[in-house]
Amino acid sequence: MNEKTGTFPEPALRLEEISKSLGGRLILDAVSLDLRKGERKVLIGPSGAGKSTLLQCVNCLVLPDRGRIFLKGEELDQSDNRALRLFRRRVGMIFQDFNLFDHLTALGNVGIALQKVRGLPKAEAESRAVEELARVGLEGKASMYPAELSGGQKQRVAIARALAMDPEVILLDEPTSALDPELAGEVLTVIRDLADGGMTMLMATHQMDFALALADEILFMEQGRIIEQGVPSLLLAPGSGTRTLDFCSRLALGAEGRI
Amino acid sequence: MMDWPFYLDSVFPALNRGLGVSLQLIVPSALLGLAGGVLLGSLRVFGSPRLRRAGDMYTAVLRGVPLVIQLFILYYVLPKIGLYLDGFSAAVLGFILCSAAYHSEYVRGAFLSIRQGQLKAAQALGFSPLQSIRFILLPQAMRLALPGCGNEIVYLIKYSSLAYMTTCVELTGEAKVLASRHWRYTEIFLAAGLYYLCLTSLASFILHKIEARAHIPGFGRQK
Repeated sequence: MNEKTGTFPEPALRLEEISKSLGGRLILDAVSLDLRKGERKVLIGPSGAGKSTLLQCVNCLVLPDRGRIFLKGEELDQSDNRALRLFRRRVGMIFQDFNLFDHLTALGNVGIALQKVRGLPKAEAESRAVEELARVGLEGKASMYPAELSGGQKQRVAIARALAMDPEVILLDEPTSALDPELAGEVLTVIRDLADGGMTMLMATHQMDFALALADEILFMEQGRIIEQGVPSLLLAPGSGTRTLDFCSRLALGAEGRI
Repeated sequence: MMDWPFYLDSVFPALNRGLGVSLQLIVPSALLGLAGGVLLGSLRVFGSPRLRRAGDMYTAVLRGVPLVIQLFILYYVLPKIGLYLDGFSAAVLGFILCSAAYHSEYVRGAFLSIRQGQLKAAQALGFSPLQSIRFILLPQAMRLALPGCGNEIVYLIKYSSLAYMTTCVELTGEAKVLASRHWRYTEIFLAAGLYYLCLTSLASFILHKIEARAHIPGFGRQK
């Protein structure tokens, strides 16, 4: 089912015509997308294209101005705070700058939502947190505070924290762009393991080689719209003349500035 | 040179009595003032615009009017609208209201200095806004605000002497009564000063212990 050409029968996440303006500027212009169970889609595009806003609109960390959001076919009532909280429990989110809770150990970071949001008893939350830390290769770092961890370790804790909630979909907002290349590697390995485990993912990244290896489909965003989408091998076929290919070759040359 | 019998028979018993009253003023004022300040500070950051404005105004007034005047208002003016407070209650209430205003400034500043991404992360995990404040932001804000709040508590110990203005005879009051009875201002006020110095030193010591216990790597004071 996770073969690149395979089919994904069950719809996991569906966005319909999501629009968002911030400060009078249109950031998202009626963006729609479908993500089926086990599918991995990668958002690429220049900085300011709206990738991050789109990801944050999915779980309404940024409330869309217009548009509908479905999880497993059920529409989310964006005005119902309780429904929003239940929805967010089912959708994991990984941020560019990790956003670990600074006052909690790695174990506490992973365990706190299990305790306070899902209501697990402390001991159960802790043993689950230990498991999740082991899954991202941080079993030895459970008692470390964020300030004592490297960037790559922080991001792995953040991934463990999201996974502990048993999300149906994971959103990754440039998970490695705040990291040095050698630290990015350990995070990419964890994400690849997740993908191999069949996790449904929507990821924004500038890491093209990684995107290509992972993506079932690439979504190229520019000025708040998805202007091209398709299987990487087609979008990036030499001579295909796509905007995506143009962008990627300029990225490779470093012409885009920030990579 | 030291007139020990005078100290032992007159000064210490009077000052000890005053110290007892002072402690009864200080302890509830410090605890409730801090609690009020945390609540007020949280409201001033996370409340609705109207609540925020009300909190800001409250703080501006309480910080802008001398505490003596506030105590006079509580003690002499409230009775005119039918609210009678004895000297002790007027003083404690005045101290709580005033120190809450100051604490709220430290707490507010601490909340604002926490990286906002953590609030997003908490929301993304399904925390309600109240849970995010309670479990994620407040524990961090309190650690950041602790040195400032401790400072305010040390101030409170000293301004508790203003309770004398509402006829509540505490440490300073006992000293003043005794001094005017015996005409020995120097010894008595020096002794009273030392009492306060001991109190503030003890408070600083306890506050440092709390800070050390609450210390987390990467937070506030670096070891």
